Amino acid sequence: MTVNDFSFTSGFWNIWIVVLALGNIFACWWLIRWSSKKRPGEAAAGDTTGHSWDEGTLAEYNNPLPRWWLWLFYLTLVFSLGYLFLYPGLGTYRGYLNWTQQSQYEQEMKAADKKYGPLFAQYAAQPIPALATNRNALKIGQRLFVNYCSSCHGSDAGGAPGFPNLRDNDWLYGGDPDTLTKTILDGRQAAMPEWGPILGDKGVNEVAAYVLTLSGRDADAKLAAAGKQTFATYCAACHGADGKGNQALGAPNLTDSIWLYGGSAGVIKQTITHGRKGHMPAHRNFLGEDKVHLLAAYIYSLSHKP
Amino acid sequence: MSHEIVEKNVGLMALIILLVISVGGLVEIVPLFFLKSTTEPVEGLKPYTALQLEGRDIYIREGCYLCHSQMIRPFRAETERYGHYSVAGEFVYDHPFQWGSKRTGPDLARVGGRYSDDWHRVHLMNPRDVVPESIMPGFPWLADNKLDTSLTQKKMRVMNMLISATCNGCETYTDKEIQDAPAELKGKTEMDALIAYLQGMGTSITSRR
Repeated sequence: MTVNDFSFTSGFWNIWIVVLALGNIFACWWLIRWSSKKRPGEAAAGDTTGHSWDEGTLAEYNNPLPRWWLWLFYLTLVFSLGYLFLYPGLGTYRGYLNWTQQSQYEQEMKAADKKYGPLFAQYAAQPIPALATNRNALKIGQRLFVNYCSSCHGSDAGGAPGFPNLRDNDWLYGGDPDTLTKTILDGRQAAMPEWGPILGDKGVNEVAAYVLTLSGRDADAKLAAAGKQTFATYCAACHGADGKGNQALGAPNLTDSIWLYGGSAGVIKQTITHGRKGHMPAHRNFLGEDKVHLLAAYIYSLSHKP
Repeated sequence: MSHEIVEKNVGLMALIILLVISVGGLVEIVPLFFLKSTTEPVEGLKPYTALQLEGRDIYIREGCYLCHSQMIRPFRAETERYGHYSVAGEFVYDHPFQWGSKRTGPDLARVGGRYSDDWHRVHLMNPRDVVPESIMPGFPWLADNKLDTSLTQKKMRVMNMLISATCNGCETYTDKEIQDAPAELKGKTEMDALIAYLQGMGTSITSRR
């Protein structure tokens, strides 16, 4: 990235800045010298100038500029020259100190790495189940979670409709340490197709009835029987013949009482008709492996209380 | 006395004042229009698609900029939360830019890809459905309003004019893109457009810092 790039589209602008900036400082110096010079015919210091206003009741004294003010003014000129020498300001000149906001930022990051790097490295070397009982590691993990994950999964990790609860022991893709880490690092993309156009309203109603019976609920027996056939043809490939799901595909278990988008007949029909495209964004570049390791440990600890 | 000449000629005084106050701008602002890092796009940056361009106008219409900035400063506290700090070359297609000046909500410069489309949909309808602590208002009408595309082509042509006047090495919209735009946006809601805009934000720089 060329964020440190000082180059202009033409060399003219470098000269333009240098001449105007230095010229301006010089002009200030010249102006103060020139205006404080004694002129022929001028009233002596301390006398009135002879100007009068307001029918002669107001007169103007010819007082020189206060010495302290004059010296402060010169001091600001010296300061500006010193600044332009040390810091970037004169066109493409980088300044004696070679300071940039990027280098200041890099320094800040380096100092932080020095302080926190060994801490993260120490945790990175430990397996997740061990970290899940380490109070200090979990404290860091929780802070990271609240910062980066809570917008979707909730600050208590309890989830929301469409955003999985991470406190229970029901996992779409698997809750073992490696799978958790992979889910956070590379994200997940669910791909439940929309079956509305293929099954039609009648087919959707039938399958929905059958799905309700899978989790032990009442449904129209005739519809459910017809739906069982359709389920075997279209749904079993991902959700399994028994409807228990498949973690390799992220296909949820339909026989329990946990529903990501809601388990009412209406929502189930909607899900079948329009499909679901649940998406967990990847965090590999954004957070890096060390932080993800601690996050995974925190999430693991939520469903593995000692 | 020469002082008197200036004081007694208002025209001359105005001219000299104008000269003095414009020096700062001439030195500090004008050259920026000719600085490569502010006039050339960062690698991989693409112009807004027609849908994103319309979404951007929804963003402005709804006043999102009043609470959300789009400018990550080069401080660790900001890059830890939001990602790589913003650089000038990321904003060459923004006319006008939406840097903002106040963060009641979080910075959005790199919100693209941070959340799923579904999340944005739920969150824009009623933020408290996903973030119970949120004080952001809901924008449910965006899902009902069909996108008004009557000015899309004109906007794209104006963007072409602005881009080619201010940017070296920027892409402009081709005649075909402009011609196809209304068909492409047919049936889209304002919500679709706004989410498309949000999901593209800051995605040309993917590294952590």
